[in-house]
Amino acid sequence: MSDVTIKKVLFEPIISNNPIALQILGICSALAVTTSLKLSIVMGIAVSLVTACSSFAIALVRSQIPSSIRIIVQMVIIASLVIVVDQILRAYAYEISKQLSVFVGLIITNCIVMGRAEAFAMQNGPVVSFFDGIGNGLGYSTMLISVAFIRELLGAGKLFGVSILPVINDGGWYQPNGLLLLPPSAFFIIGLIIWGLRTWKKNQAEAPDFKLSAHKVKEAF
Amino acid sequence: MSSNKDTISKTITVALLLCIVCSVLVASSVILLKPVQMQNKTLNLKENILAAAGLLKPGAPKAQIESEFKKVTPRLVDLSTGEYVSADLVEKASAADYDQRKASKDPKFSDSLEGGIDIASIKRRAKYAKVYLVEKDGRLDRIILPVHGYGLWSTLYGFLALEGDGNTIAGLGFYEHAETPGLGGEVDNPRWKALWPGKKVYNLDHSNEPAISLIKGGVDTSRADAIYGVDALSGASLTSRGVTNLLHFWLGEHGFQSYLDRIRKGA
Repeated sequence: MSDVTIKKVLFEPIISNNPIALQILGICSALAVTTSLKLSIVMGIAVSLVTACSSFAIALVRSQIPSSIRIIVQMVIIASLVIVVDQILRAYAYEISKQLSVFVGLIITNCIVMGRAEAFAMQNGPVVSFFDGIGNGLGYSTMLISVAFIRELLGAGKLFGVSILPVINDGGWYQPNGLLLLPPSAFFIIGLIIWGLRTWKKNQAEAPDFKLSAHKVKEAF
Repeated sequence: MSSNKDTISKTITVALLLCIVCSVLVASSVILLKPVQMQNKTLNLKENILAAAGLLKPGAPKAQIESEFKKVTPRLVDLSTGEYVSADLVEKASAADYDQRKASKDPKFSDSLEGGIDIASIKRRAKYAKVYLVEKDGRLDRIILPVHGYGLWSTLYGFLALEGDGNTIAGLGFYEHAETPGLGGEVDNPRWKALWPGKKVYNLDHSNEPAISLIKGGVDTSRADAIYGVDALSGASLTSRGVTNLLHFWLGEHGFQSYLDRIRKGA
């Protein structure tokens, strides 16, 4: 990372360096909260804020953090911010916090937050780290929203809780795909998105770890 | 990387300062936001009580919930005798302060249930239940009973509302559960909930054992006992069985049976 500009750290993680699609981080919460668009958006905002603020705070004190306890210091800062976000949600968005339940608390273990703190904020200034956090949060949100769009539309026939495809249970014609409401379906969708993304942007595909060597026939003597 | 930030004293200072700053941040956010959170919680509970009784449409504004809830009186019931008891027995100032869920974990105010009795798989049951009564024109109009029991993945917490006769169901609603979305989670479906009002709990010609149950494959409306059956949730046999079990438990002899007997006798 020779030249880090705010514009670059803000927009690059959305497509070309997406934390979920390229770095395969933060998958666990992407499976859990993508059953509805509303939840995904709130989760995206929460993760973006936590990543941005924790990166900012860590970058601010980065020259003071002893390297022997740097991971613990990062965790403490992240965990405190997550608790604050959780408390705010419980106070001002009670319904949503009930649906997100433990997953807000689990932002602490979201690898994206920790990954950005360790990989970026420890080496860069506070302001650029803040925007790096926002950018990665946006990348995470983009992915969450695309997955949630597919899952909510085909799994429940709704978008933002508003009926789009009237389901049979409510007297309509659409038989919802129940699998899409269960966590494994997010795996399939994320897998397909990654496949699509790497076909489009060839440089994201990883080099194979092994190459088969040419088969040589030897006599068994 | 300068080496002086890696000394033991520096490490301890940084750790200590960080802990202090972070704990102040966390503690103040918890304390400052607590009143708003408590309000949300009680409002949510009130909304659920009213919704179960069919007195409120979902998504009603806050002011309406508060004004409707003024018509509701909480009372405490001794589950073994079915009589109303005063709040002194649970060491509270008024019945409204009593938390039945908390009490069912407190050995002082709860009994543990034997395997055979515990059909709702709740392990412990509070001795005193908090019921909500709604009166209309001086007569008992709604009796709202708290019920809970185990479904497939989770304990379902909800309210069963009966009409003043202590037998006709006015509504059923669960406010907390973690059943499979789209299958067992359909306990929240308004169309399913609309099947409940008008059903009867007990077949009083036979006995005072609960007769209400969920019927797999749907209720045959031509049968005489159709009034005691509600369609089970499709694709959710275990959640449906859990709902039947929890109703049988809470309406049976270890639940509100003796209380409802007294209501029907006009006590």
